Amino acid sequence: MSYLIKGESGDWEVVIGLEVHAQVISKAKLFSGAPTDFGAGPNTQVSFVDAGMPGMLPVVNAHCVQQAVRTGLGLKAKINQYSVFARKNYFYADMPQGYQISQYDKPIVGEGTLILDMPDGSTRAIGIERLHLEQDAGKLIHDRQPKQSLVDLNRSGVPLMEIVSKPDLRSPEEAGLYLKKLRSILRYLGTCDGNMEEGSMRCDANVSVRPVGSTELRTRCEIKNVNSVRFVMQAIEHEAMRHVEVWEGGGKVDQETRLYDSNKGETRPMRSKEMAHDYRYFPDPDLLPLEFDDAFVAGIKSTLPELPDDKKARFISAYGLSAYDAGVLVAEQENADYYEDVAKKSGDAKLANNWVANNLFGVLNTKGLAIAQSPVSADHLGKLLGLIKSNTISGRQAKDVFEIMVETSRDPDVIVAERGLTQITDTGPIDAAIDKVMAENADKVAQYRSGKVQLMGWFVGQVMKATQGKANPALCTELLTKKLAP
Amino acid sequence: MTSLTSLTIAEARDQLAKKEFTALELTEAHLQAMEKAKGLNAFITPTADIARARAKESDARLQSGKAGALEGIPLGIKDLFCTEGVQTTAASHILEGFKPPYESTVSQKLRDAGSVMLGKLNLDEFAMGSSNMSSYFGPVKNPWKAKGRSDDLVPGGSSGGSAAAVSGYLAMGATGTDTGGSIRQPASFCGIVGVKPTYGRCSRWGIVAFASSLDQAGPMTRSVRDAAIMLKAMCGHDPMDSTSSPRTVPDFEAVLGQGVKGLRIGIPKEYRPDGLNSEVAALWDKGIQWLKDAGATTVDISLPHTKYALPTYYIVAPAEASSNLARYDGVRFGQRVDGKSLDDMYAKTRAAGFGTEVKRRILIGTYVLSAGYYDAYYLKAQKVRALISKDFADAFEKVDAIVTPTAPTAAFGMNDKQDDPVAMYLNDVFTVPASLAGIPGASVPGGLTSEGLPLGLQVLTNRWDEETMFRVCQTLEEAAAFPSLKAPS
Repeated sequence: MSYLIKGESGDWEVVIGLEVHAQVISKAKLFSGAPTDFGAGPNTQVSFVDAGMPGMLPVVNAHCVQQAVRTGLGLKAKINQYSVFARKNYFYADMPQGYQISQYDKPIVGEGTLILDMPDGSTRAIGIERLHLEQDAGKLIHDRQPKQSLVDLNRSGVPLMEIVSKPDLRSPEEAGLYLKKLRSILRYLGTCDGNMEEGSMRCDANVSVRPVGSTELRTRCEIKNVNSVRFVMQAIEHEAMRHVEVWEGGGKVDQETRLYDSNKGETRPMRSKEMAHDYRYFPDPDLLPLEFDDAFVAGIKSTLPELPDDKKARFISAYGLSAYDAGVLVAEQENADYYEDVAKKSGDAKLANNWVANNLFGVLNTKGLAIAQSPVSADHLGKLLGLIKSNTISGRQAKDVFEIMVETSRDPDVIVAERGLTQITDTGPIDAAIDKVMAENADKVAQYRSGKVQLMGWFVGQVMKATQGKANPALCTELLTKKLAP
Repeated sequence: MTSLTSLTIAEARDQLAKKEFTALELTEAHLQAMEKAKGLNAFITPTADIARARAKESDARLQSGKAGALEGIPLGIKDLFCTEGVQTTAASHILEGFKPPYESTVSQKLRDAGSVMLGKLNLDEFAMGSSNMSSYFGPVKNPWKAKGRSDDLVPGGSSGGSAAAVSGYLAMGATGTDTGGSIRQPASFCGIVGVKPTYGRCSRWGIVAFASSLDQAGPMTRSVRDAAIMLKAMCGHDPMDSTSSPRTVPDFEAVLGQGVKGLRIGIPKEYRPDGLNSEVAALWDKGIQWLKDAGATTVDISLPHTKYALPTYYIVAPAEASSNLARYDGVRFGQRVDGKSLDDMYAKTRAAGFGTEVKRRILIGTYVLSAGYYDAYYLKAQKVRALISKDFADAFEKVDAIVTPTAPTAAFGMNDKQDDPVAMYLNDVFTVPASLAGIPGASVPGGLTSEGLPLGLQVLTNRWDEETMFRVCQTLEEAAAFPSLKAPS
């Protein structure tokens, strides 16, 4: 269902492109050997290069180049074997060199594709425009001193990948799905941890609107540095509404950079147009053009993991899962791996999906735990499902055992043995129990035999009670049906 | 007895090895000479204490037989090279008082070879100039004077302090840097040898950047052999400079004495424009004859894009400089002038910290990189630069070396009219093309003008072929028998 804004003049469509700054997982910075750890004391992770000292020269970190290529391959994108680092020149106190080293007209990765998994199980392809490497700036702190700003250069030179989508997104929801999917792919690849709270993934959203049916691209606004998926979605919604109001009021949307205020739920201009920078991009003469061969790319390609889209397709075909169920499981690699372990151990992929996606995820959600911290290991859950499959315990019993596993992290075999929960599948003890129940309840037997067959449920319940819940319910029903027959 | 300061590096090296004097004595002699010649203003920061301490260390190594290639040799370091704990200014007010916590690769290599740093040498501010008049710390005087004239002459630039110190016997050699002629032109003006190696031979790490794609360090000495010895110690691959070459460094000194027999020497017609100074032209002809006499053949060649080199250079170099000098913002080091806002502080700091020529080049560079002008200026200049490189590549298919005058004139007076920047830029007309092409170039003293002032001959060779360049230079040096200034006794 398409997302449209109802205006007075008719329906409006939203056109969205996202620019994501993803911090490359790397021990060292993009052009210096300084470390990149999050949360270190101010200015403790700064080399002379990062501080823009006289005579210092950047040297590109080969690992970051590999990570960018790896990400490009994960986005099914064109890898450019010749790319150029350029200087983006402007003055600001968080940028010691007076320029940011980035890539301009020759990025390392060109066009690619990202597949959105829509809630109805369908998919939608979103174009990737480019990916380039660039260094981050430092951080200014304005609120600690009354008349001074403090500069922390720890982030100066931290490696970033700027990943730019085509203006293919049409709703805040799609923008949210795009970010989640991109984060999922980056995490699978191990190229970015996708942690938006720590700023290792940040998003700029370009938003414009147009009347439904139109193919023009109207003036867009860029909402800068939004730091959560939810806020990106909210910001787009607010910005699109604002555009519709401006156009319908007979005004013109100005191309500008805006900031999203999540407290007020509005966007506002970030810098005025008079301050618009002329970045004077030119190739950085301190760095040679970045060149590599097919073998370099092939070497990286050979180490790529199975990515979410492929994994999803495999889960659908190999395990018979629905597109939606498979999509939920593969979103996080750890979840998918956990699921596969359980599916293999239990020998029942669908049962495994029910237990992982419903019971386990439910518990983890409630407790606010990640899968890595799950009190129930995949091995134990697999065993538990195996006990159900082999009729050792009933589904009802399994739920009780699972609860104990959640609390104690213990092996289900041990729990079942300790509590004597083993299901009775011998006809002998069940027959005996049935005979006892029938003897004690002759009136009910008569009622049943005279046609009140609804009483079957009551009989099963009594037999279960008599066996302390250990009888196999299906077997009970079968034997009862025979014995109660008139 | 000749004074210790009059020795060449090669002579001093041999005599130190024979223990005819100590490194400390050699250093003391130079420190005294520096004291006497203070009026030249060659040094911004003399480092006598460091020099004495290092000379003593050299003596210990000489004693224990662990002498390096330049053990105990007193050298001056252009104040564009960052030196650990020693003020490094680039001759600019904006860096006054800046003491880097690191040592440039080239000055470290010279130190590792055992040389003794006498001090930091004056230059044009940020190496921008051809007269050394743009230094915040005042101009440098050329030790040479014209016959019958008492006024002071410029030493050329930007490595003017280096040239004056070596020519005036204050240092046995000095580091220079050459972006468009800043080693070769002052070498010509002061009657010494100056070598700009192939771009990428010397690491640029720790050298205050002017124009990154052109800047190259090199030696300035009183003999070709000394330049070969010193260059060997300066260059080599540096992983901290992506543009430094991983090639192995040849033993430049080993090729000396091989002569030029059989070499083909190119004479480019574009370097003989109408109105070329007749004394410069005459010296060039002499040089060509010397090489022929030594067994070389000469070939008339054309480098058709030469006339575009100067305008190309004055787009590329200021463009890079405008960006390289952005880091001098008053935030982290050097001078700061407080302002009402961050932008105001930037503006005031840079207005007070930079001199006129530096400001001019920042403005030119900012302009040529601006939206709407980039294609017409910077991009076009890069294309022309490629054509200039190709001119040389084509020429070196036919010849082994090219010989030209180094500069269009001899040294001019400090008081001569210098208010036309373009006229000043013309000083580099013969040196700039090689810089744009990244090829090695050297200036060797060839003779004196009728006024008794030095003129240099420039020798250019193909990329990475400094060895042929040194052979041609040595032949010219021998033939010229250049009458160096008398060393003060």
